[in-house]
Amino acid sequence: MSKSPSLPTGLELADLLAIAHQIEVDAIERYRLLADQMETHNNTELKKVFLDLANAEAIHAGEIRRLAGDIDLTGRAGALRSIWRKGESPEEADLGAAHYLMTPWHALQLCLAGEKRALAFFSSILETAKDAKVKGMAAELVEEETEHVNCVYRLLGKYPKPADLWEHDSDSPAAQD
Amino acid sequence: MSILDTRPACNPGDFRSDVKPIWCPGCGDYHVLLSFTRAFSELGLRPENTVVISGIGCSSRIPAYTNCYGFHGVHGRSLALATGLKVSRPDLTVVVASGDGDGYSIGGNHFIQACRRNIDMTYVVMDNRVYGMTKGQPSPTTEPDFDTALSPGGTGIRPFHPLVIALASGANFVARAFSGQPNETASILVEAIRHPGFSFVEVLSPCVTFRPDEREWKNKVHPAPVAATTDPAKAARRIMTDDGFNIGILYRGDRRPYKAAIECGTVDPTELEQDFAL
Repeated sequence: MSKSPSLPTGLELADLLAIAHQIEVDAIERYRLLADQMETHNNTELKKVFLDLANAEAIHAGEIRRLAGDIDLTGRAGALRSIWRKGESPEEADLGAAHYLMTPWHALQLCLAGEKRALAFFSSILETAKDAKVKGMAAELVEEETEHVNCVYRLLGKYPKPADLWEHDSDSPAAQD
Repeated sequence: MSILDTRPACNPGDFRSDVKPIWCPGCGDYHVLLSFTRAFSELGLRPENTVVISGIGCSSRIPAYTNCYGFHGVHGRSLALATGLKVSRPDLTVVVASGDGDGYSIGGNHFIQACRRNIDMTYVVMDNRVYGMTKGQPSPTTEPDFDTALSPGGTGIRPFHPLVIALASGANFVARAFSGQPNETASILVEAIRHPGFSFVEVLSPCVTFRPDEREWKNKVHPAPVAATTDPAKAARRIMTDDGFNIGILYRGDRRPYKAAIECGTVDPTELEQDFAL
């Protein structure tokens, strides 16, 4: 994945909430896309994992909407669209890393990378923010993302790394003979 | 969109159809689809005024996955279809999708003539340097030493250089993008669609099934070190000497786009000649 976007100076609390919400919305879209891919390629176990991840992100998005109250998050995010032009949304899973035989461990690795990018992103806001409200919300978001990273590590404890030959397919679609 | 149109702007999701893509997981074309819909949304387009036309191949499946008007046409002939459509309906936004086999081999001559004609449309070629749909034969952009069961020892043939061909043939906008950077690709598509005349965007889009080595492209691509030039000679020199992984807008021309006679009324043959001058 490419770098995360750089933020404009003078960020307001509403902007930060809109960005945080958009990050969750983008993550939901990616996980649903990955679930669709797995369904198409008959990897039903992974389809469920990706849908679970999408649902988890949807809960986070709901929490941000609750915090935002009457703020038009979608409109604000649209107005801030230019910040995304030269970078990718931090929690978007890398579609390029998908494989039709991937396992829950691989899905969680994608998730972990996204959560770490989000943690770094909000940490950078926390470090640079001048406005007290923005700083306070950034601190909350950092705390939240730290918990997400720890949660993924806990889940990884349940899904050990697969054997080296996990990609092996005795009837590979790439066979040219 | 008309200024009288008071409907809310379309989100990227409004440009997606209900058809689920069947590309291989990991394929770069998934990202390109995201870039298409994000670019259309950013431009304030509406699905009913936007057309995506394609030929044959993995990348050419893209019209079915959008909610725009679409035409999944004959192999290599997407530009011919698009030309006819744009000339007769200049009010529509026409985007043409292709791959390196469809666009540079079967449709190679259409590519050259479309650049010459400079009709106001955007041509997006998802280049994975292989014929993926038919199990991995070498394409015009495949490296000469691509050694597989279908090309033992490699082809030994020099790859086609699409960006230079486009420049030499008169394309008015030339850019290279990488599918793994969907937001940046969307930004380039926005500029390409806005730019008058024929815009050509080559998107490096890995085929993870037949070219797993292309997963490494994400570590090879880098922003073009200099801003886009309006000088085709300078652009050609840069493109010919770069490493093939410079990402960004590389050339913005100022040629007048072709306008159809039916819109202009009577056309003097001398004027018409100017439209085709390089």
